[in-house]
Amino acid sequence: MLKALVIDAGKCTACKQCEMACSLENEGEFNVAKSRIRVFDFHTEARFVPYTCTQCAEAWCQQACPVNAITTDGMGVKVVHDNLCVGCKVCTIACPFGTVNYNASTGKVIKCDLCGGEPACSDACPTGAITYQDVEQGGFDKMKVWATQSANATTTEGPNTPKAGQASGTGH
Amino acid sequence: MKYVILGAGPAGVTAAETLRNVDPTATITMIGGEPEPPYSRMALPYLIYGKVGEDGTYLRQDPKHYDDQRIRYIQGRAGGIDSRAKKLSLSTGEVLDYDKLLIATGANPIMPPIPGSNLEGVETCWTLEDARQILKYADKDSPVVLVGAGFIGSIILEALYLRGCKITVVELAPRMVARMMDETAGGMLGRWCESKGVKVLTNTRVDSLAKGEEGQPRLQVGFSNGESAPADLVVLAVGVRSNTGFLVGSGVKTNTGIVVDNYLQTTAPDIYAAGDCCEGIDISTGKPDMLAIQPVAVEHGRIAALNMAGHKHHHRGSLNMNVLDTMGLISSSFGLWQGAQVGETAKLVDEDNFKYMKLEFEGDKLVGAQCVGMTDHVGMLRGLIQTGFSLGEWKDKLLVSPERLREAYLAVAHAHPTTGPMAPHINTPRVGNHAGASGH
Repeated sequence: MLKALVIDAGKCTACKQCEMACSLENEGEFNVAKSRIRVFDFHTEARFVPYTCTQCAEAWCQQACPVNAITTDGMGVKVVHDNLCVGCKVCTIACPFGTVNYNASTGKVIKCDLCGGEPACSDACPTGAITYQDVEQGGFDKMKVWATQSANATTTEGPNTPKAGQASGTGH
Repeated sequence: MKYVILGAGPAGVTAAETLRNVDPTATITMIGGEPEPPYSRMALPYLIYGKVGEDGTYLRQDPKHYDDQRIRYIQGRAGGIDSRAKKLSLSTGEVLDYDKLLIATGANPIMPPIPGSNLEGVETCWTLEDARQILKYADKDSPVVLVGAGFIGSIILEALYLRGCKITVVELAPRMVARMMDETAGGMLGRWCESKGVKVLTNTRVDSLAKGEEGQPRLQVGFSNGESAPADLVVLAVGVRSNTGFLVGSGVKTNTGIVVDNYLQTTAPDIYAAGDCCEGIDISTGKPDMLAIQPVAVEHGRIAALNMAGHKHHHRGSLNMNVLDTMGLISSSFGLWQGAQVGETAKLVDEDNFKYMKLEFEGDKLVGAQCVGMTDHVGMLRGLIQTGFSLGEWKDKLLVSPERLREAYLAVAHAHPTTGPMAPHINTPRVGNHAGASGH
């Protein structure tokens, strides 16, 4: 059974525990600027949206990499190999979601890789806004379900913010 | 089916792998023009400053990769193509029959007509062999003259800087990266370089290259402003042009690059082209143009291969985009960064802190962007431009506060999931992922 991050933005209080946990887990320091998950703050509307890589099947980042430093693992997760990444940043402009970022202190790019299967962000989330769940559908199917159910949506809810029981993110 | 792929850069390799995926029994031959395994020219600067070794530039790391994929990888250069007999002759004398041929011969550096450019220590920076030559001459504290401050020149600039060279960069245009960014951004880059001890000469031409005096650096470089400078190494980076010379008489029509249709087929039957050697569609203008960047080469390679294999795939066009790290100052540009003919512009300029963001709108759509000193979630710019989302009220918000781009992206992109960057059809198809992908 594949698993994915399921994000329910309605439950997010912008406490940023996910960002802290991600940064600590992956960078060894509490520095939200280096978190691979970010909470976007619609400050005029008091609304918060956790946002990270959906491990999309298209993997623009992977296709754009000139040295094959991003590969897809058995769980469909797009993983950056630090030993191969030259830091050219082409993936950061190629990813149309903007979820690959450059880490100037290492000279490499960083992106969510689900912490190898135990995502620190979901462990740290106190409100259940980020959960790590089994998924049954492939990424694009999930997207279609989401799209159908929110066709008239005028909110900022996206594939990362499905209703309970729907899976978003990785897992194909 | 016999597929022959002429060229082993990102376009050629991607095409070969895609063909193998969709046609398991085909015979696939890929011809590289250089002795090394297929590698990325983009990675050469990182080789020059020692971040990776030569094997770190390879497109695929596993030495058995091409054998495992049953892709026959041979070395040779194109002699000529007989498109009626469907034969490709190589410089080695070998003649290959093909059912479908892909030309992915890339581009070559333009050699400026400067007297003395054949002297020892005058190099381009385009091949692994070039990089080896540069490594011979680019020592710590070596005086180096870099000719050309375009995108490629500026990437080489960083590599030379990190090697500790003393750099003078000479650019004919009034600013650095003139074909990637505007005056404000180019000016910022220039000031940044000067602050790092790089001498930047814009509006200047190199007029002569001569041997240096006895006991002096190897070369003496004369500039159009009357000055001259000693150099251990001169790197020429004034631009590239499509490598198409061998096509004369082949029936494959060329303009500045090979002319292709929306299926990346050339004017000759059963011959396709991909990457820097051809003029694919620029999605921003709808017109053919040579977009010599890695992501476009890969996109072309995949689409051309699918069409060669009979899986019709219409190419909507590629987005021009670049990202550049100039000694720690990171800049990027996307799409119509020069602005639409009739459009509006949002700007954020902080000269003191080397930060700049400029968004170009046409109607309520984002059509182009430039950033200096801003890297977080920068790919969202591509997402918005390539999908052509209507920004609605967010355009007015962005005109006032371009820094709210990320909010705008989430608000707008996620309201259109079926046509958004989530939908596979805006990009190249992935083999085996056709189910559910609209627009193929």
